Amino acid sequence: MALSTDRDRIPVRAATGDLVERFTEGHLRALARAITLVENEAPGYRELLGRLYGSAGRAKKVGITGATGAGKSTLVDELTKRLLSRGRSVGIIAVDPSSPFTGGALLGDRVRMQDVGLQKDVYIRSMASRGSLGGLARATREVSIVLDAFGKDYILIESVGVGQVALDIADVVDTTVVVLVPESGDSVQAMKAGLMEIADIFVINKADLTGADRLELELNSHLELQRGRHGWDYPVIKTRARSGQGIDELLEQIDRQEEHLARTGYLEKKRMHLVRAEVLQLLSETITKKVRQRLDAGGDLETAVADILGGRLNPYQAVDRLLERAEGAGSNG
Amino acid sequence: MADSSHEKISEAEQRYRRNLAAKNPKDGESFTTISGEPLDILYTPLHLENFDLVRDLGFPGEYPYTRGVRDDMYRGRLWTMRQFAGFGTAADTNRRFKYLLKHGQTGLSTAFDMPTLMGYDSDHELAQGEVGRCGVAIDSLEDMEILFDGIPLDKVSTSMTINAPAAILLALYIAVGEKQGISSEQLRGTLQNDILKEYIAQKEWIFPPKPHMKLITDIMEFCARHVPKWNTISISGYHIREAGSTAIQELAFTLADGFTYVEAGIEAGMDVDTFAPRLSFFFNAHMDFFEEIAKYRAARRIWSRAMREKYRAKNPLSWLMRFHTQTAGCSLTAQQPENNIMRTAFEALSAVLGGTQSLHTNSFDEALCLPTEKAVQIALRTQQVIAHETGAASVIDPLGGSYFVEALTDRMHQGAEEYFRRIGEIGGVIAGIEKGFFQREIAAAASAYQRSIEQEKRLVVGVNRHQVKGEEVEIDLLKIDPAIEKSQHERLRDLRARRHDRAVTGALKNLQKAAREHRNQIPDILEAVRAYATLGEICDALREVYGEYREPPIF
Amino acid sequence: MDRKIRVLIAKPGLDGHDRGAKIVASALRDAGMEVIYTGLRQTPEMIVGAAVQEDVDVIGISILSGAHMTIFSRVMDLLKEQGADLEVVVCGGGIIPTEDREKLEDIGVRGLFGPGTTTGEIIEFIRTAVTDKTA
Repeated sequence: MALSTDRDRIPVRAATGDLVERFTEGHLRALARAITLVENEAPGYRELLGRLYGSAGRAKKVGITGATGAGKSTLVDELTKRLLSRGRSVGIIAVDPSSPFTGGALLGDRVRMQDVGLQKDVYIRSMASRGSLGGLARATREVSIVLDAFGKDYILIESVGVGQVALDIADVVDTTVVVLVPESGDSVQAMKAGLMEIADIFVINKADLTGADRLELELNSHLELQRGRHGWDYPVIKTRARSGQGIDELLEQIDRQEEHLARTGYLEKKRMHLVRAEVLQLLSETITKKVRQRLDAGGDLETAVADILGGRLNPYQAVDRLLERAEGAGSNG
Repeated sequence: MADSSHEKISEAEQRYRRNLAAKNPKDGESFTTISGEPLDILYTPLHLENFDLVRDLGFPGEYPYTRGVRDDMYRGRLWTMRQFAGFGTAADTNRRFKYLLKHGQTGLSTAFDMPTLMGYDSDHELAQGEVGRCGVAIDSLEDMEILFDGIPLDKVSTSMTINAPAAILLALYIAVGEKQGISSEQLRGTLQNDILKEYIAQKEWIFPPKPHMKLITDIMEFCARHVPKWNTISISGYHIREAGSTAIQELAFTLADGFTYVEAGIEAGMDVDTFAPRLSFFFNAHMDFFEEIAKYRAARRIWSRAMREKYRAKNPLSWLMRFHTQTAGCSLTAQQPENNIMRTAFEALSAVLGGTQSLHTNSFDEALCLPTEKAVQIALRTQQVIAHETGAASVIDPLGGSYFVEALTDRMHQGAEEYFRRIGEIGGVIAGIEKGFFQREIAAAASAYQRSIEQEKRLVVGVNRHQVKGEEVEIDLLKIDPAIEKSQHERLRDLRARRHDRAVTGALKNLQKAAREHRNQIPDILEAVRAYATLGEICDALREVYGEYREPPIF
Repeated sequence: MDRKIRVLIAKPGLDGHDRGAKIVASALRDAGMEVIYTGLRQTPEMIVGAAVQEDVDVIGISILSGAHMTIFSRVMDLLKEQGADLEVVVCGGGIIPTEDREKLEDIGVRGLFGPGTTTGEIIEFIRTAVTDKTA
């Protein structure tokens, strides 16, 4: 992906012994450092996560996704203000895309949350997607676990609104909010099916613009089909984030949805689904890593590529052969 | 031109190009203006196929004003030599004003410090470290009286570079005039007062766009009635250019802003001819000599056509575009700063050949700090040498008729029209601001320019060519005394103790009422100012009504 | 695993001239770094607060108004309070007279970039400075 030079191979500062101690004591820098370790898979990060996992599980996790310009950051800003006024603490993860060419990223969501940025009970962390395609960074889930373990009551995850696909987020949070804007091509027809399905709550932001009512009608008629499924009514809320309108209602619906999950046992199901997704992801990553390691040792990957280019094998045969070798290498090594 | 002549020219031109191509079989570098507009090696009448002298050029002082806004231009009266000044306390600036007037400057131009520009008093938390640094600190009528002490306001014209709190500075100026026994009808000057370019480029706003536009139309209305010689808005391209735009962007965005103000005035119920004659413009003079001249000429033509055809203004004074020019600050280098003297001279010359009404020339040390007296003098002399020694002022629009300059003028004109179309599609300037259209265009142009310098595609003497190894910068830097901030604090405390609080609070409440009831706010601002309410207090009163603006950053 | 260099670009005080800050931010992104831009009108408290939360390697401050001594001192003090002054590289750009540069270097500001500095130089500086710190 990125054209890195030797200069980019900058090591991560490893986890120090007393990091967990300072973390438990509530030191902000320990939290920040823990997130960095986890985000970069620095030496010791798995142990760290393992130790923190037990304290996690209390926070309400809300995902906020939608196209660029929908006003997600402003919404998060306003939601946070309300939560603060209710005495809740909030962790915010704002994800922006990394450049596929340079690997770098401009993380500009924090700027839109100036009002809450300095508040004692608010922690904002900007993350770059680092090549992930589904909208979140690969480590977003882990970072949310860290914030959870730190004691945040709510974790708001704002994800990249690139195109209309942002499916990752439903695998990480309890409640997914999809934000739409009138007159910007956000018609129900234009949305990919997945987006309609992962949303628990729909928000029409900038509701003062023409087309807001029409969009609301469209959405509602479309949702008729799935309302009542799981006993949930998929509310559509109109907001004007800049002026704070509709925010209380949104927060109400978010809380309502969490309650619904808990009451109907869907929370259990959902958590199971999330844990499953997590395990599968970790499994897949770990397996791939292990296999790659074994293959790299023998230069097998390069051989396979040469074989394919030389017409001796097709890719499917090549992969079968590589797997055989990897398993074989495992039992030999 | 007769047809046969056209054929002969065409033949000769083709012969010329064939010979040229034969000599240089590969097309080496492409030549462009500093803004990226491609340049042919030579221009001939063939470049001006649709050129109509009467329609496209006209004559000076006549629609469409391409050649100049007055029929006698500089023979009748030279451009105003108006050097921007302001720093430290009002007393310091007052001294600098008197120095400049003594040395032949013909108009005053005031720079204000950051807290004043943003509507804060010198003792506000955000003002820390900024009082008196970039300009003069004005907190109240007291400061304003000192600023113009001994300077008769009926004898000078004063330009005030102030935007967000412009209404208050206008009121302060009027109040000082009153103290000198001069009625507002006699006051001459300009307020920059161009809030749209703040959202686009300079970022010095207080409230969201709508309330600021209301203050601007209030000023237009008030001045039309009570301060008829005052230029209410200096619609600015200077800052847009400094932020990194191209010349065509500067031209297009500035004029688009101008049209937006005209539309706002009309929407506020005013007849276009009551306010349009008092709109003026402010352009940048950058290094690409001919591009700048073409830009100014195109600007006049575009504006006059729009004012007459689209906005149906009847008064010729509404059609003609008057402008002030400042040489480009962003073209100055810190390396070998003396080279800036030449840069400024060439830029100033292009502004003169482009027909500017007034001109500020930068001082050569400005890349390093606020200018020293010596540097300011050289800058002023630059204009005087141009005026008296070069002959540039003896003939109107001397480059008119040049095939190159006319072709380039047309190109600038077309480029601007393309932008107007795009802006229209977005929904207008304010919609464009909210969607980040202008900010994105400018950021892209700025990055491209920086890249072209780093890749040495564009050369800057002393920076990426002809550098002096191990150069030590040895300029006399002007230091601002940090004690100024302290003294402003004390004087504010003193003022608040002496004045009549009741009068202040009353005036501020009336102002808020006028704001909420959408009435003209200037009379109440005047009352507040006369009662010695401070700038920060007046802005705070309005902040309570209108709120503060936050912009999302655009890259 | 190798990581990205994280940089906070800040515009403190009332100055709204952000052309340089934005150009540098874009250039750093093009060089593969993760850049958090704070926006305008930042106080030193906001800058350091953000820097700590984002666990950045570098804070780059753009000041053109002349208030550099006040701003940089305050930022360094706040970083010290947080115990982060040794781990974060503080640098800046803008108009800073020579004698002030020395004073700033004394309080720990590691790089000062005046007019004419290329983005390439800034990128090089950051890579070197961050490598030195984590070594």
